[in-house]
Amino acid sequence: MPRTGRLTTAAGLVAAISVLATACTGQSGTAAADDPKADVTIGFWHGWSAPGEAKAIEENIARFEKAHPNIKVKVTGNMTDDKINQALRAGGDKAPDVVSSFTTDSVGKFCNSGAFADLNPFLRKSGIDKAKVFPKTLMEYTQFQGNQCTLPLLNDAYGLVYNKDAFKAAGITEPPKTWSQFTEVAQKLTKANGDSYDQLGIMPTFHGYETTPMRLVAQWGPTYFTADGKANLAKDPAFANMLTAQKDLVAKLGGYEKLERFRSTFGDEWSAEHPFHKGLVAMQIDGEWRTDMAKEAGVTFEIGTAPLPVPDDQVADYGKGYLSGTIMGIASASKKQNAAWELVKYMTTDTEAVVAFANSIHNVPSTLAALESPNLRVSPEFKTFLDIARHPKSTTTPARADGGTYQLTFQDFAYAVEKGDVADIPAGLAKIDQQIDTDIAKAK
Amino acid sequence: MTGTHPLRAKRRRSALRTAAFMSPWLIGFSFFFAYPLLSTVYFSFTRYDGFRPPVFNGLGNWTYVFTDYPLFWPALWNTLWLVVAMVGCRVVFGLGIGLLITKIKTGTGIYRTLFSLPYLAPPVAGTLAFVFLLNPGTGPVNVLLDAVGLPTPGWFTDADWSKPALTVLALWGVGDLMVIFMAALLDVPKEQYEAAELDGAGAWSRFRHITLPNISPIILFAVVTGVIQVMQYYTQPLVAGKVSAGVIGGSGRQFEPGYPDKSTLTLPQVVYNAGFQRFDYGAACVVALVLFALSMAVTALLMRRRGGLIEAGD
Repeated sequence: MPRTGRLTTAAGLVAAISVLATACTGQSGTAAADDPKADVTIGFWHGWSAPGEAKAIEENIARFEKAHPNIKVKVTGNMTDDKINQALRAGGDKAPDVVSSFTTDSVGKFCNSGAFADLNPFLRKSGIDKAKVFPKTLMEYTQFQGNQCTLPLLNDAYGLVYNKDAFKAAGITEPPKTWSQFTEVAQKLTKANGDSYDQLGIMPTFHGYETTPMRLVAQWGPTYFTADGKANLAKDPAFANMLTAQKDLVAKLGGYEKLERFRSTFGDEWSAEHPFHKGLVAMQIDGEWRTDMAKEAGVTFEIGTAPLPVPDDQVADYGKGYLSGTIMGIASASKKQNAAWELVKYMTTDTEAVVAFANSIHNVPSTLAALESPNLRVSPEFKTFLDIARHPKSTTTPARADGGTYQLTFQDFAYAVEKGDVADIPAGLAKIDQQIDTDIAKAK
Repeated sequence: MTGTHPLRAKRRRSALRTAAFMSPWLIGFSFFFAYPLLSTVYFSFTRYDGFRPPVFNGLGNWTYVFTDYPLFWPALWNTLWLVVAMVGCRVVFGLGIGLLITKIKTGTGIYRTLFSLPYLAPPVAGTLAFVFLLNPGTGPVNVLLDAVGLPTPGWFTDADWSKPALTVLALWGVGDLMVIFMAALLDVPKEQYEAAELDGAGAWSRFRHITLPNISPIILFAVVTGVIQVMQYYTQPLVAGKVSAGVIGGSGRQFEPGYPDKSTLTLPQVVYNAGFQRFDYGAACVVALVLFALSMAVTALLMRRRGGLIEAGD
């Protein structure tokens, strides 16, 4: 027995130490008392990784350093959100002063927790009227309850990218505008081959890269929350209607299981092996970058772009879409916030810098001036996305205290619906509302 | 009587010397075990996001985890499923291979190397290889199954097959157990087998009555360490789920582990999700403590039930 006891303790210790190694640390910082004119080196972390993108960042930073000879910027690329979150929490000398992230959904969490400094005082000090600089929708996803803890750094608009040759071969003359046309076109473009496909009209499942429930439901004009902040997914018919329409599309294109098997054969979204590049899917819900990526991958077919279709009863709003983008902020633990602000100000508000960056990485510019700039390189395919970005009914997902957790909850439900696991969508959405309210209350 | 008794002073010096020799362990124990454990217990009763100071919220996190956190129960179920299936299969398979190789007369070294090699592969690389091999559409396993007319599972894309697929992956890396079992098997006194053979015992009887009792402490060791390993199972299910879900290097999209249908979600992933993705350290600490308690309970149960056998094996 004593021997057993010792062994138990020893085994328990091993388990405990391993399990608890992920335990809890962290702190925060404040105040911007540094001199922005002093010689200083600031750290800037970003998530871009492709050689062309990294080069664009370097060029932008070189222009900044030329204009601000006292500030040196140490750039670290290819950073994931998880690493960024961890560094922000840990603080210290190695932590970044300026951070950019692709996950706009995290903004509510970043602002609510105080991970990023509020930029309102900096904007006021620099005499920048944010409402005159940035489009309204972009302001929605960069702040939370008045705390402007990030600013937009380039914008992403989501639309439809399609294979014009495949359209011609199927006798389709123009991109679909309504959801019923979309369903019809997707079926016409689908060439099944036993348990698989030679060509699929579109990969409709919510694991199909950018085909997320949030991007699709944006076409239905959803209201995620009521005025008093309660989840509104069950009451707003947009959500149930979108899920029903999408489930129908999944069924018409071969069913969930067959589609998921086909999807598992696809290559990496960011590589030349993307199924759209290889002609395996004829249409793709995607961002403005896809046309250039496809051309760089050497596709031989002609590419067309269009806004995503809208539900049949909202055809007057055709042209709208879902918007998100990259965000940029200053770590609240940074001791060099004034110098950091100079970089954030330059990258997010300087028209020349924004246009040059947008041109380099084929993103939609994030300021009103840059959108109108004559230096912006605009191809016909790219113009579609600029128009979506400018459309008054284009929307984004609202910032919440739990970051994007409410979206993940909705996404999980959407997975179950498309798979056929949900018999009663409205009842399921009511439960989702409860879950979202609970999670947000907990995060506040 | 005045002054200190010489014997008492000697004892005190001896106690101090012992404490001095023990101090490295004591310091290590305090910093790496006692402090993390106590702070985890403390944070489990607070609302804490890692940025703002923790605020005491009683049993709030505990209630949330057990009643409202949608990832907790599926992860607990998956973890227990994997503990039973994976540990069982790994022990049986590792012992089987060990037995087989100890019986082989020639080329033992080659087989030992062959079966040990996969264990050396980094977990991410091994998992990626299995996602490729078990790709439902193009993977060689399904091509082979199809060629012989057998049904082709969806493996990592099918919630019913994802955990069996992970178990197959775990069997591939069974080299560590095989080496331990081989050492134990070679340690069994040969004369016992010879005596049993003279008494007319068959192969199964010899295995049942000689091999098993002799190696039972090693089996217990394999089971206990296996349970602890599976309780910490994180990398392989995360990578398999992520790659199969099509989220490789994509940015701008949040990924919640568990694809498909939360079937590859394990408790350590939930600790990570709560703490580092949801910024909810309180809930993360609750899940960590549950995992800790579970590891302790399962280990204690195993040790208690098999305690007699250990003594016998000594």
